[in-house]
Amino acid sequence: MTATNPTLNPAGGASAPPAGPRPAGRSSARAAQTRRKWYEIVGLTTPAIVVYVMFVLVPMGFAVYYSLYRWRGVGPPTEFVGLDNYVLAFQDPIFLDALRNNAVIVVGSLLVQGPIALAVALLLNRRFRGRTVFRLLVFVPYVLAEVTVGIMWKLLLTGGGTVDALLRQLGLGGLVHAWLADLDIVIWTMLFVLTWKYVGFAIILLLAGLSNVPPELTEAAAIDGASWWQTQRHVTLPLLGPTIRIWMFLSIIGSLQVFDVIWVTSVPAVRSLGASATMATYMVDNGFFARLWGYGNAVAVILFVISFIAALLFQRFLLRRDIEGAITGRTN
Amino acid sequence: MAMKHRAGAALALLTTSALLVAGCNGGESETPNEEEPFQKPVTLTWWHNASQDGPGKTYWEKVAKDFSTLHPTVTIQIEAIETNQLQRTRLPAALLTNDPPDIFQAWGGGEMREQVEADYLKDITDQVKTEVADMGSAAEIWQVDGKQYGLPFRMGIEGVWYNKDLFAKAGITAPPTTFEELNAAVTKLKAINVTPIALGAGDKWPAAHWWYNFALRACSVDTLKKASVDLVFDDPCFVKAGEDLKTFIATEPFQQNFIATPGQNDPTSANGLLANGKAAMELMGDWNRGTLETVAEDPAKLTKFLGWFPVPAISGSPGDPKAALGGGDGFACAKNAPPECVEFLKYIVSPEVQKGYAGTGTGLPVVKGAADAVTDPALKSILEATAGATYVQLWLDTAFGSTVGNAMNDAIVAIFAGNGTPQQVVDAMKAAARK
Repeated sequence: MTATNPTLNPAGGASAPPAGPRPAGRSSARAAQTRRKWYEIVGLTTPAIVVYVMFVLVPMGFAVYYSLYRWRGVGPPTEFVGLDNYVLAFQDPIFLDALRNNAVIVVGSLLVQGPIALAVALLLNRRFRGRTVFRLLVFVPYVLAEVTVGIMWKLLLTGGGTVDALLRQLGLGGLVHAWLADLDIVIWTMLFVLTWKYVGFAIILLLAGLSNVPPELTEAAAIDGASWWQTQRHVTLPLLGPTIRIWMFLSIIGSLQVFDVIWVTSVPAVRSLGASATMATYMVDNGFFARLWGYGNAVAVILFVISFIAALLFQRFLLRRDIEGAITGRTN
Repeated sequence: MAMKHRAGAALALLTTSALLVAGCNGGESETPNEEEPFQKPVTLTWWHNASQDGPGKTYWEKVAKDFSTLHPTVTIQIEAIETNQLQRTRLPAALLTNDPPDIFQAWGGGEMREQVEADYLKDITDQVKTEVADMGSAAEIWQVDGKQYGLPFRMGIEGVWYNKDLFAKAGITAPPTTFEELNAAVTKLKAINVTPIALGAGDKWPAAHWWYNFALRACSVDTLKKASVDLVFDDPCFVKAGEDLKTFIATEPFQQNFIATPGQNDPTSANGLLANGKAAMELMGDWNRGTLETVAEDPAKLTKFLGWFPVPAISGSPGDPKAALGGGDGFACAKNAPPECVEFLKYIVSPEVQKGYAGTGTGLPVVKGAADAVTDPALKSILEATAGATYVQLWLDTAFGSTVGNAMNDAIVAIFAGNGTPQQVVDAMKAAARK
């Protein structure tokens, strides 16, 4: 289609004489154009591909390779054990605890952060005095470093600490618990800290989504006599769908891989008893601290496969419409 | 064509450099540098764990500078790395490559045994005979199968740090020497509403050390020595240790929520409880003098009330009552390090340098001539007890290596949390030995 119009292709145009478009000239022009296109593709993508291969694919390959060995990180791996490390992981009650904790965090994050974020985002989307300040405040926890948040909550929640004192001052002394020491409670404490940290991110995402909802639609709804609630329910929310689904996707993947907040807030003893361990903290505790490098790699591969399957399923069933829409333009 | 030529040239370059690298390595491993030191300029890389700004870090900088002044051919490059990073990730990774640091921190025990088996370390037996003789049994921890692979600069045994004022207030006249007396002291301290013993179980090892001490009392020295080498834990004394621990925990000597209390470094830690008069005792090693000070609200007051006594004996147990648990810090040289490395190692443990180290107050020196530099009364009593100990057993988690050590500590913590049994500790150790 471009061959009939040489002006579209300066390179082809230069090599082919303008008079008498002979078949040979045309085909060499096309070849030059194809070559040029390939140079562009190769030249522009090579750096990214090299980095991706070196720092993502190759390490992943190594992780799979190491996971098949009984290897303590001393000397090269020599003792091939096949899938033993994977079997060991699923036989370890602490790893199963870690899996359960990850599930609690995945589901808990969606169920708790979602409604809070939606409500706050809808509120902050209205015009009122001090809206910017509120938006800023809501986003502050997300901007703080994970380690800072972890240490802060660890000090606040420690036995006889600020939180306990505050509850007693409010006459709610009966609510005081060993937030970080009671093995049955600590995972819920972790969920609370994670929610506090990440709900701001959900709110910002949803606010961005809300700003894409055309005001004409809500105005039209208002003219048609819809109440504020009805407008939100039947106009805003459906249009917010893609944003909500993207947030869910990021939240699920983040919850599966959560490490830093848990590592800092919850002490090693409580983690190793399974009360607050996640797959990622379990991997570091066993890989580095027990120096089971082969086993640690096996846990890393399990974590990767679980995250990968979750991502694929989510894309297949929930994100498909959004992604297709982005590439081919809205057809529906 | 141009492309082909360039590719060919690149390939040739790669091959030559690969050959060069291979050649170099081959040369190094075949002929270990055994020539005279201080002939040509060398740079020694030194990795240690005094990463926090303080007297320890400054002192090592001074030691390196002094050595370079003595021997101008030697330049020393220091990298100070936090212990966990150093021991768990940086060192193992560096040793796996062909370019490890020349001299680095070594904790002895099971880890060192593995490093020797992988041929990472320099055998320095013949060069350090004088130094080893001056250290006595402390140097044994850095030996594998009778050969010396490193030297300690700090070494001390574990005991109970206590608050003399609170003891007096509770009417305890003398430090307990048996567990019966310790139990009586616990009762008296509870009567005046003081937490008898602070415990940093949150970090796992401070709790595990109680079990180690019960094992030291329940097991004979031979059993422990054999277990460290063979990793066989069939002797019933290991189960007995857990049972004794359970009985002791049942007397409720520790503060509330000890399972989440960190060991050291912040005011809410077990160290903080003892340093600020909220608890009367804590089981801890010789480094505790310095770490208590960092969390004390009133360091002068701490110096006045702080005392130390050895772990009490259990009457009628087969273990040697004069045996103690201990450990230390040392340095080792990499297999292919230049001969200057060994000279530097010897310099670090020379009496002069050791005296200076003792003066920093960060730990107890190893060499006998340096003991005079220790002035703190609590540290002095540790020195005396160390000298009087018939046998010093290395911390069991270090002695058995990280894998068994970690599994053992986890299982002991489960006893403290109320959902583990003495048998499960031994089972976990056996399972980990196979991992």
